[in-house]
Amino acid sequence: MNRLKFYLFFFFVFFSNASIAVDDAYVAKRAAMIEEIAGDVRAGYGNLEKEALDENVIDALGSVPRHEFVPRNMRDAAYENRPLPIGHGQTISQPYIVAIMTNLLQVGKSDRVLEIGTGSGYQIAVLAELVKKAYSIEIIEPLGKQAKERLHHLGYENIELKIGDGYYGWPEEAPFDAIMVTAAASHIPPPLIKQLKPGGRMLIPVGSCFMVQELLLVQKSPSGEVSTRQLLPVAFVPLTGRH
Amino acid sequence: MLAYEILLMRLFSIIQWHHFAYMIISLALLGFGASGTFVSILQKSLFRHFSGAFLLNVGLFAVSSVGCFLLAQSVPFNPDEILWDSQQSIRLLGIYLLLALPFFFAANAIAMALSYFHDRVARIYAYDLFGAGLGSLSVVALLFIAMPLQALAVIGCIGLLATAVAAWELKISGRNWVFAVLAVCSVGLIMLDTRSELQLSPYKELSQILRISGTEIVSEHSSPLGLLSVLHSHTIPLRHAPGLSLNASGEPPAQVGVFTDAGGMTAITRETGKSADYAYLDQITSAAPYHLFQPAHVLVLGAGGGSSILQARYHAVPKIDAVELNPQLIKLLREDYADYTGDLLGHENIRLHEGEARGFVAEASVQYDLIEVALLDSFAASSAGLYALNESYLYTVEALQDMLQKLQPGGYLAITRWIKLPPRDTLKLFATAVDALKNSGVENPGQQLLFFRSWQTGTLLIKNGAVTETETVALKKFVADRSFDIAWYPGIQSGEVNRYNRLAEPYFYQAAVAILSDDRADFFERYKFSLQPATDDRPYFFHFFKWSVLPEILSLREKGGLPLLEGGYLVLITTLVQALIASVILILLPLFVISKEKRSSNSVSNSRVILYFLSIGLAFLFVEIAFIQKFILFLHHPLYAVALVLTAFLVFAGLGSGFSWRLVRGGHYRRAITVSVIGIVVLGLLYMLFIGSLFAQFQSLSIAAKIPLTLTMIAPLAFFMGMPFPLALARLGDIAPNLIPWAWGVNGCASVVSAVLATILAIAVGFNAVIVLALSLYGLAWLSFPE
Repeated sequence: MNRLKFYLFFFFVFFSNASIAVDDAYVAKRAAMIEEIAGDVRAGYGNLEKEALDENVIDALGSVPRHEFVPRNMRDAAYENRPLPIGHGQTISQPYIVAIMTNLLQVGKSDRVLEIGTGSGYQIAVLAELVKKAYSIEIIEPLGKQAKERLHHLGYENIELKIGDGYYGWPEEAPFDAIMVTAAASHIPPPLIKQLKPGGRMLIPVGSCFMVQELLLVQKSPSGEVSTRQLLPVAFVPLTGRH
Repeated sequence: MLAYEILLMRLFSIIQWHHFAYMIISLALLGFGASGTFVSILQKSLFRHFSGAFLLNVGLFAVSSVGCFLLAQSVPFNPDEILWDSQQSIRLLGIYLLLALPFFFAANAIAMALSYFHDRVARIYAYDLFGAGLGSLSVVALLFIAMPLQALAVIGCIGLLATAVAAWELKISGRNWVFAVLAVCSVGLIMLDTRSELQLSPYKELSQILRISGTEIVSEHSSPLGLLSVLHSHTIPLRHAPGLSLNASGEPPAQVGVFTDAGGMTAITRETGKSADYAYLDQITSAAPYHLFQPAHVLVLGAGGGSSILQARYHAVPKIDAVELNPQLIKLLREDYADYTGDLLGHENIRLHEGEARGFVAEASVQYDLIEVALLDSFAASSAGLYALNESYLYTVEALQDMLQKLQPGGYLAITRWIKLPPRDTLKLFATAVDALKNSGVENPGQQLLFFRSWQTGTLLIKNGAVTETETVALKKFVADRSFDIAWYPGIQSGEVNRYNRLAEPYFYQAAVAILSDDRADFFERYKFSLQPATDDRPYFFHFFKWSVLPEILSLREKGGLPLLEGGYLVLITTLVQALIASVILILLPLFVISKEKRSSNSVSNSRVILYFLSIGLAFLFVEIAFIQKFILFLHHPLYAVALVLTAFLVFAGLGSGFSWRLVRGGHYRRAITVSVIGIVVLGLLYMLFIGSLFAQFQSLSIAAKIPLTLTMIAPLAFFMGMPFPLALARLGDIAPNLIPWAWGVNGCASVVSAVLATILAIAVGFNAVIVLALSLYGLAWLSFPE
């Protein structure tokens, strides 16, 4: 019997240590990822308004366990700077893209944000670290359910998720300080523009599942005028200097 | 086998993307080269059991043609991840190998037949070409009546039938058993095939939209032009309105989506009876011309689901003509969705014509007030640069000149395209318009151009005449009301640009100014994407890639820089590199294995054989591909032109091959090869020099008259081109029969390389240069004829 107890004790200690060790490994990988992204941003962020990632964005990226948002067999790749498939024909964006998009939204502690296209839930989790209340709508039912469970399990209490059509936004909770539209649409839904607060920002990554070609930043001036800024996610100037 | 190749291209274009389909099938064709290597090495033992080995290979082709495709489509390959994930390359290699198998088996059978019956090589080759010609024509017909997977089963069964014929002809013992096995196999094939479904990549547009609850495919229509899937969305409307102004408030009425090859959605819009429901069509950049003047007669090129027709109708145009290439899409509008669209095409002032845009314009006998070229391709394909290897005769300098000629004085040509970042298409279009106007004798092209954009689409207006002050004022109001940005009008000021949709720099305006100035060449040089206008000789509008920028883009890989890569062109280059490496291995391998004594017993040098068969392998396809392109311009319809020209080439080359048999029997090799090479070079040069003016003269003929003319022109050239290969094989049969399968393999490899290289060369130097190169290669072949 004692021997059995000993084995049980040994198993418990071994596996709890192992799981702590695994978590530590993820923390280290996450830190390395953030350092890499921050370096990339500093190297060529001139065309995206700022010189570097904001401190609060770095902290938010450091707090969200990205490995919990990818399929189990891809956890080892979770902190690589690349997009990953998450099933249902969807992807979790490249961390670099998540970082610069979050930075561009310029959200603050008292803000309320809306996201259209929850996907894995990673982006809304990062935003939720920065704002008071975060709302997200997912159109694909199984994906939305998974994200709901995941975010609940991770203890995010300031996120509300809804499964359905994102075209009309979330009128009951509108207006929002910032809106992120990661779902594909043939045009910017007019109801979303309406639900943006004057002075608010809406960000739309344009491209395919795996590659963001352009970041469309929609800005509503305090007087309600709408304009866009079309930004490349990368420091690239199409014209070389004169020879 | 050619039918199988064409069908595979269709199947992979549906489940994957066209450019990857191109790469996969090009490399699978190396199965031909591999067969040469295989038969060379195992010649002795294969010939000892010729009947059995031949039969086995034909039978294996039949079974693997279906089986290997079904296996290959279940490999979860995703091209988008290839630069991140090493597993993708392994999967891609797996697909290559699987698909190379059917070609390998079939080519084994041909190589064995050519080698074993080397005294009858010209006749065998003639039948091979005939069969290929017949196959390419029948698969086009087959795809109109059968779904792609059913067509695959048909090809598998034809393979089994061929096996039965072979068993009969070879008079092998126990034939009845063979027939029984084949019958069982055919039942098995059909059952396997009918139980299988096409497995679309989960990242294709159609797969994505089908994940939304309430969506379903209600019908599918197959044709060689593409597989149309009609999608209904019961709970969430499709709301297809690309380029909609930020200031728009309405949304489109209910729509039905029509996907081509599971991508490129076009929408058929419901008739509500209320004009206001279509106001969204006035909130996109392509609506501008209707605000500058009131056109009485509009031509829409590329009707798609009909939104440009609805746009013209919304603006009360009295007479609308539209052209659409795909007859099945027309049928959907005219019959299946006639009620849904309120019998849109039944209106007496709206006429939809089946045809190809360029051809329709060339043959049109009336002049229009407005010619509208709508968004003809999907944003996804366009943004990823996937069209780089597609020829397009719609956006060439000559095409715009043709369209300008069909405009009434004061009329407009309006072309709308997607905006990419950094800008590409729209800038090249602007440069193309400038050249077209200059070639039409306009001294100051800038006076006739208007150019503006939303964040998503850009529209270029080319006027037949100088733009007036009133029109500029109207355009300024149109763009300001919709928060669009103006990039060019005569008299534009730098302060007016880049206001609502701001880019880091006013690239569109800067480019327009540079292209219209004397700095144009310098600007093209300094711009990191190729903006040289496409011409009919180099019809690659979608080619923007510049080698000089590749290192910069690759260095930005981790920082989101990959979308800057123009994928299509790189796929082409990658295909060539892979094909070259595989070809070198396949060609050299037998040389190491065939024993030394055997080689020394041959009276012909290996290098002569390589040089000869490489030259004719490269040259045959160069000529064929270049002339297919030239005839597309004459016959206009891409599909029918390709089918007709390809079949004609193969059948007449077959006749040439059959004829060369007579010469061979007389032993006049040298004389025969001289005659055929002189024939090819003289005819090739004549066609190259005079085909343009000839086509111009006969452009207005009906298609029924154009077909015999095309055949008359191709026949003599193809006849001579059919001779060099069998002549040399027959010669080898006399002096070194053991080299026949190897020569077959060399020719197979050269053909694969040639098809890819022809496109790369045409992009760089144009099709005329490809023809000149091909004729020189025939000269080289003449010099190295194995004697």
